[in-house]
Amino acid sequence: MGLLEVRDCTIRFGGLTAVKSLSMSLEKGALYGLIGPNGAGKTTVFNLLTGVYHPNEGSIELDGKSLNKLKPSRIARLGMSRTFQNIRLFQSMTVLENVKLARHGARKQNVWDATLHNRKQRDEEAQIERDAMELLEIFNLEGRADEIAINLPYGSQRRLEIARALATDPRILLLDEPAAGMNPQESLDLMHLIRRVRDRFDLTVLLVEHNMRVVMGVCERIQVIDYGETIALGSPREIQDNPKVIEAYLGGA
Amino acid sequence: MKRWLLWLGVLLVLAGLEASLRGLIGPYAYQITVLVGVNIILAVSLNLINGFTGQFSIGHAGFYAVGAYTSAALVKFGGPAIRGLVGFLPAIGQDAVLLLAGLAAAAIVAGIAGLAVGIPSLRLRGDYLAIVTLGFGEIIRVVILNVDSIGGARGFSGIEQLSNFFWVYFFVLVTIVVIHNIVHSSYGRAFVSIRDDEIAAEAMGVDTTRFKVLSFVISSMFAGIAGGLFGHFTMYLHPNSFTFVASFNVIIMIVIGGLGSIEGAVVGATVFTVALELLRKLGPFRLVSFAVLLVLIMIYRPQGLLGSWTLFKGRRKAAPKAMVV
Ligand SMILES: Nc1ncnc2c1ncn2[C@@H]1O[C@H](COP(=O)(O)OP(=O)(O)O)[C@@H](O)[C@H]1O
Ligand SMILES: [Mg+2]
Repeated sequence: MGLLEVRDCTIRFGGLTAVKSLSMSLEKGALYGLIGPNGAGKTTVFNLLTGVYHPNEGSIELDGKSLNKLKPSRIARLGMSRTFQNIRLFQSMTVLENVKLARHGARKQNVWDATLHNRKQRDEEAQIERDAMELLEIFNLEGRADEIAINLPYGSQRRLEIARALATDPRILLLDEPAAGMNPQESLDLMHLIRRVRDRFDLTVLLVEHNMRVVMGVCERIQVIDYGETIALGSPREIQDNPKVIEAYLGGA
Repeated sequence: MKRWLLWLGVLLVLAGLEASLRGLIGPYAYQITVLVGVNIILAVSLNLINGFTGQFSIGHAGFYAVGAYTSAALVKFGGPAIRGLVGFLPAIGQDAVLLLAGLAAAAIVAGIAGLAVGIPSLRLRGDYLAIVTLGFGEIIRVVILNVDSIGGARGFSGIEQLSNFFWVYFFVLVTIVVIHNIVHSSYGRAFVSIRDDEIAAEAMGVDTTRFKVLSFVISSMFAGIAGGLFGHFTMYLHPNSFTFVASFNVIIMIVIGGLGSIEGAVVGATVFTVALELLRKLGPFRLVSFAVLLVLIMIYRPQGLLGSWTLFKGRRKAAPKAMVV
């Protein structure tokens, strides 16, 4: 059984079935792609996996534990972390603070320690700051640590979202169109970065991406959905040659 | 160790001021100074939930009232027993113990009230907190009006005078230090993350409901302490002091100073309290003048007079826009 098991998940919004009887299995360490035309339901799958929505039918399990009724924060603390297609950085916080916030789930200080600013709290804050800076270095953002996050260029904001997601110590990282708005060079760098991060942090990655070069370059296995339903599943080569996939993309274009 | 010494120094300075201030500035200015302190505690604490956590409470006076009446009642009905327990202390020590017992009770009962109001209303999205806190403030007032043992509509008189400049400003400092410490910790970051983006906060592992409630309870506890200090200073409480207008005044203070800034709340409370006194001649028009002031601030300086400028970091953060019903 995989680390993440989605079985026959369906979610409806009024009359619209956004995700229909979707199954998905991610082995530990996988680099898994989820693609499909606009409106296919990819972001909705992320919202189901992270507890923003709960499926009308079906089940989602992380390492054998059901996520069905859990709140997003609980799921995040169980090791599922994500970025957002429409960037959601904390607007009043600096780059560094955005990453520090994501260490929230790992904190040991209680409200008394915070009230008193005692040794335990100060040591932990210093550690959080070091951890956050280390992550920023991986993403080449250490020089902008004290800038307000939303003042960064678009590509940097996307990288910051990944750094922030990693700060939660995830087991599974969900990336929702991380290359959107990036130039070709940035996208190429991102590809290498995703692979490096997977190896270094021992992660399982689920990638939603429109940039086919990135998807084909990064993913080992790809699932294609259209109108909320799986239409193909296989290696990048198999997907590229699949007539149904070509049809869905051309039909949707 | 050093912090301990610092606090000792602060206590000595406050005691020195307590001994000399009334003589220096006269009883009227002394009284206003003390009221400024009470309002600073109210504004700084309301700012935690409204400014830092981005929720909208409009019933702070309800918790203020709970604290005021709790402390006054405890001291009135339990005072002799408590004095008996600490009879070996000199009178000033007995007074201190009595006041601290009253304030502790005020904080605890106001905190429990905050929990009872916060849990159901903060679980839901949207401005339920505003509606529920508004209702709570009125319910508390009606309850007080109908409980005869705490004075009912006559008001609660004969409250022992235990609080003064020293105690009020001691608690002003405690409030500022505690809220500052919390804001500059993992907890504070969690509060601000909720204000900035609830969905992202949840995705990063912040249990937003729990932390909203926590912020609200801490805020309510300090409002309770402010109430206790107020009652033991004025020696008389009346439900009319705790109407919606009182809640609204605290909102004006933090909007004047800038939501999400501790220094702003201090400045806002001071400016507001002093101006309200100076404008007394205007009679009923002084409230109108504040409404006008508030509107002008929202138009020309939505970030407040200070915005989110903080002494401690010396830089500006993008401040949340002022929000009023
Ligand atoms: N909260 C919602 N309410 C109503 N419809 C929604 C909601 N979320 C997504 N949808 C619909 O579900 C479909 C899939 O959307 P989405 O998952 O965002 O697609 P993708 O990410 O693949 O582009 C779209 O038709 C979208 O309008
Ligand atoms: Mg999408």
